[in-house]
Amino acid sequence: MRTPIHAPWLRTAGLRTPLLFAGMAVLLIAVGVGQSWVVSLSILNLCLISAIMALGLNMQWGYAGLLNVGVMGFAALGGLAGVLISQSPVAEAWSAGGAGLGIALAVVAAAALLIVLLRRFVRRRALRTAGTAIVLVAGFFIARIFFDPAVDEIERIDSATTGYLGGAGLPIILSWAVGGLLAAGAAWLIGKVALGLRSDYFAIATLGIAEIVITVIKNEDWLSRGVKNVTGLDRPVPYEIDLQQSPWFLELVHWLGADPITGSSIFVKLCYAALFALVLIAIVWLAERALNSPWGRMMRAIRDNEDAAAAMGKDVTRRHMQIFVLGAAVMGIAGAMLTTLDGQFTPGSYQPLRFTFLVWVMVIVGGSGNNWGAVFGGFLVWFVWVEAEPAGFWLMDVITAGLPEDNPLRAHLLDSAAYMRLIVMGLILLIVMRFSPRGIIPERRGR
Amino acid sequence: MTDVANAIVLLLNFVIVPGVAYGSQLALGALGVTLIFGILRFANFAHGDVMAFGTMVVLLTTWWFQGMGVSIAPLPTALIALPFGIVGAAAFNLAADSVVFRFYRRRKSPPVILLIASVGVMFALQGIVRFIIGPDDRRLADGARFIIKASEFKAATGLKEGLAIKLSQGLTLAVAAIAVAALFWFLHRTRAGKAMRAYSDNEDLALLSGVSPDRVVFYAWLIAATLAAVAGTMYGIDKSYKPFTYFQLLLPIFASAILGGIGHPIGAVAGGFIVALSETAVTYAYKKFLRYLVPESWEPSGLMQLLSTDYKLAISFVILVVVLLVRPTGIFRGRVLS
Repeated sequence: MRTPIHAPWLRTAGLRTPLLFAGMAVLLIAVGVGQSWVVSLSILNLCLISAIMALGLNMQWGYAGLLNVGVMGFAALGGLAGVLISQSPVAEAWSAGGAGLGIALAVVAAAALLIVLLRRFVRRRALRTAGTAIVLVAGFFIARIFFDPAVDEIERIDSATTGYLGGAGLPIILSWAVGGLLAAGAAWLIGKVALGLRSDYFAIATLGIAEIVITVIKNEDWLSRGVKNVTGLDRPVPYEIDLQQSPWFLELVHWLGADPITGSSIFVKLCYAALFALVLIAIVWLAERALNSPWGRMMRAIRDNEDAAAAMGKDVTRRHMQIFVLGAAVMGIAGAMLTTLDGQFTPGSYQPLRFTFLVWVMVIVGGSGNNWGAVFGGFLVWFVWVEAEPAGFWLMDVITAGLPEDNPLRAHLLDSAAYMRLIVMGLILLIVMRFSPRGIIPERRGR
Repeated sequence: MTDVANAIVLLLNFVIVPGVAYGSQLALGALGVTLIFGILRFANFAHGDVMAFGTMVVLLTTWWFQGMGVSIAPLPTALIALPFGIVGAAAFNLAADSVVFRFYRRRKSPPVILLIASVGVMFALQGIVRFIIGPDDRRLADGARFIIKASEFKAATGLKEGLAIKLSQGLTLAVAAIAVAALFWFLHRTRAGKAMRAYSDNEDLALLSGVSPDRVVFYAWLIAATLAAVAGTMYGIDKSYKPFTYFQLLLPIFASAILGGIGHPIGAVAGGFIVALSETAVTYAYKKFLRYLVPESWEPSGLMQLLSTDYKLAISFVILVVVLLVRPTGIFRGRVLS
């Protein structure tokens, strides 16, 4: 049903995309003027991060048609990198439990190696299966012998403030790269297991694996304190309190005629925005180059017809693995950036709705297969997600304006207004899918 | 000999009984997912929230009954409110079909599109449920609490370990058995059920034989909603009602359906019990159990727990992944998804 257009990119890259982004800017400015600039900038910062996350998913789903419903897991691994890189190491914990943990790790590695060897060199199927099972079970119990006491030791050390191994004590900005690598490594492992599966199975498997990743991060306190959270992470930008005391900043604020406290908050948010924007621009640039290269064409060819692509000699599984790892890396970077912005790592806050399905809405609504679409989707959907709450509250207030203040229905509706955002998200997704199935900024085709 | 009996009772009380109750809830949920998959060919991500929606209607009706003083004590009031929940869930499913899914079905969109549409429905439904009843934890059970109390069991048998069976657990099993029996009777003995099975096996052939696709789809949504409302209500009576837990239940439900072989009803039931029992068995601390069975000098020092209870959810997925790798069709040779 595609209508042939002579220069299809004119339609998208011509005026439509800049106009849409200009509209987005107007919305953010309107929030700045109407609510406050601090709110507007915090929305902008999360829009930038969301856009990066959406770009990651767009690579997997939009370029290659991989139904990854485990975005949350990769984002959380990126966030974990924030802790592992920036926190200072806890020397006592290392000396108390480091050795035991190392041995346990070695046991696991040895068992894994043994299984790989078994599967490669033992011919008899029954023997191979039995051997794998035995090594798996034995490895699990032997590792536990060293692992459990080591973990107890680590978690006992000053458990109110540390009780974990700590990190590398490096600047947190490095964690953005490391988070990407961590997520990419995990994606490689997951891909080895799950990429052979077809779409629905792959979706459910990734959903489950993401849930497992979160469970591990929540419960392995020696690694990142689990649900006890790690707060007060290092910052790549100055602290408000320091700004408020530095003469150059006070002069600047005075010159602008602003209040130093609000001014410092805005300044910090602008610093973050600049850093995030740099990363976003770099990733969009790379993604655009990749998508428009022969490699990108091959990816889309595989997506549109796997069998035909395979018949043309393309290694479908390897290409899938490649794009899965790349997309996960981008999600990991976004996850690390989010932890940096929050200044804390709170495993309990990772919910599939917010970290997986919302990113899906971003990509589908923005336009899967188009990088600018994913970026726009990230901006728009995050904006709606945040602003739907005050809008819902306002709407309920108007609807129930005729009722007295203490009316129970009015109170209930006002209390529930926050859940409007879920309904709005569902509706946006369904409406876009129905009436503009290729998204707001559709994929460019016909070249 | 009493030691062995004590050990068995211990295991029954903490692993088997809760596992079987949870297993019946999962089985009911998995049947709904598997049925929708068999007929409509997509994994319905909104199913967990349809359970939450149906149970919400049950909860509201229960409150209404309780307000009027209607009760069937010692059985929980929710049981007579259940039909309302079924009607509510069915109405929702049919509405969702006519507003959302029918469009894609008519266009013969790939299943993936329907799956993503079901994510949209899931979002909206989560909002609706929270909008109406809020996100809090609520109690659904009233009436008697136990069929057998631990103390009574100890007095009757003279064993050191007690066996407690909650009324909710017995009810869950009974209701699940009735629902599954009714479903199988429907699928195998009625015209509509046979049409559904034929449609699930081979769509084109069924259409040629005069099976009406709209009717089949209508029944599929209706039955899935019924099973969802029943499963959700039983889970709510057994534990408590909190919308978010129902969304989380989606994961073990998918695991059960795939484990048993997706599109395969018997498989879904078996899968539900396997997932539930392995969850309780792997996270149970066997220290006390072993103490009854081995000489004192061998007594284990640790808790003898394979994994901490926090890993419950993870277990169903480890099972799922292993099954997908070893036998992608599931135990009962369901269809391979494509």
